[in-house]
Amino acid sequence: MPKAHVTTIVNGYEVEFLCEPHETLLDVLRNSLNLTGTKEGCSTGDCGACSVTLDGRLVCSCLVLAPEVEGRDIGTIEGIADKEHLHVIQQKFLEHAALQCGICTPGLIVSTKALLEENPDPTEEQARYYLAGNLCRCTGYDKIIRAVLDAAETMRAETLKEGA
Amino acid sequence: MVSIDYQAPHTIQEAVSLLANADMPARILAGGTDLIIQLRGQFKVPHLIVDIKRIDEMMQASLDDEGLKLGPSMSCAALSEREDIKAVYPGLVEAAYLIGSTQIQGRASVGGNLCNSSPAADTTPALIAVGARCVIEGPNGEREVAVEDFVTGVGENCLEKGELLKQLRVPAPLPGSADAYLRFIPRTEMDIAVAGAGVSVTLDKDGNCTAARVAIGAVAPVALLVPEAADALIGTRIDDEALQRAADAASAAANPITDRRGTVEYRRHVVGVLTKRAAKIAAQRAKEK
Repeated sequence: MPKAHVTTIVNGYEVEFLCEPHETLLDVLRNSLNLTGTKEGCSTGDCGACSVTLDGRLVCSCLVLAPEVEGRDIGTIEGIADKEHLHVIQQKFLEHAALQCGICTPGLIVSTKALLEENPDPTEEQARYYLAGNLCRCTGYDKIIRAVLDAAETMRAETLKEGA
Repeated sequence: MVSIDYQAPHTIQEAVSLLANADMPARILAGGTDLIIQLRGQFKVPHLIVDIKRIDEMMQASLDDEGLKLGPSMSCAALSEREDIKAVYPGLVEAAYLIGSTQIQGRASVGGNLCNSSPAADTTPALIAVGARCVIEGPNGEREVAVEDFVTGVGENCLEKGELLKQLRVPAPLPGSADAYLRFIPRTEMDIAVAGAGVSVTLDKDGNCTAARVAIGAVAPVALLVPEAADALIGTRIDDEALQRAADAASAAANPITDRRGTVEYRRHVVGVLTKRAAKIAAQRAKEK
């Protein structure tokens, strides 16, 4: 089969790539675009390590075929920080030690950002349900949830300050 | 993963023509949450993949006096955000909301859930309960099939070569109607139904049940419409005795298997309990309307 030529937006930048039609978005991000922040875990949509946003919706990039993203808008972990300034969510994950091995962390941070854009003031239960598709085998989740709720509070305070 | 020929047509006619004229096995790609996993493992020869998400009417839903016209490939996340649809068919939307994680919801669709034809598909009993019909486009034109007749076996359905499920049509409910869907999973999230039950009921002003539909899932090779369970509710005030008779009818209709998620006896019992509880919720919702 001929290679597919795809033009798409990644973290605000237009990018072009060639891919085999059976490659996934995850394959292309990591192997063609060198955006290795997005991790491969299960490759079956169960673990959430490969979470990215596609036209603003949280998806598993292992379950998206690369040619599908023609003309779409993709957000990855590399687009979260503002140059050398960590995003509040990243800062809170560090402060709360909400990671050990780190494989789940990029996916969790991308998912948390999507959660807080949808619901800036989630309850603990809402946060746990929203993030149920991101598996972590190290932390036991409590530290992650504390980081998420703390980030939410900080981001709400920042929004208030900006409004004032 | 095997090599594939990927096509993303913009119209239903183009999609049907690609599928009908394919010179290799062809598969329809909607959200891909089942298909892409299957591509990786089960396919040994090249396939034509027809991505239908560039076709506008596959991705949209409209609600009017006639009922709901649901684009089969609309994501479950997009459907769950439609408060207007949720207000009329709360059970259908809650079934869509139960599928997988937030990430899976972002891609998975009601039509994909139906066409994948797993016995445990959550939205299939919910669709049957509200009397949904499948509008199928093919090389010989359009045809319509009730959802309960669409799935023909485990992973099998009535789509012929070149055919595409192009719309799910749900009639407008009669006044005083509401639906509900419940499933049981051993975990609280991210699991596949051990048993599921979808119920819709219509109540008159005095609270008497004048019409009902009961469908059960994950307890037979295909989701089943259970008229005996509906008959147990019709003509009653959906009291405890009627609910128990509906539960017994659902348990009797079930034809489950034993696997790692549950035994025959367990599934048979649980599907009765779920039928009872879903009927109770549907009746409560109908009263509040």
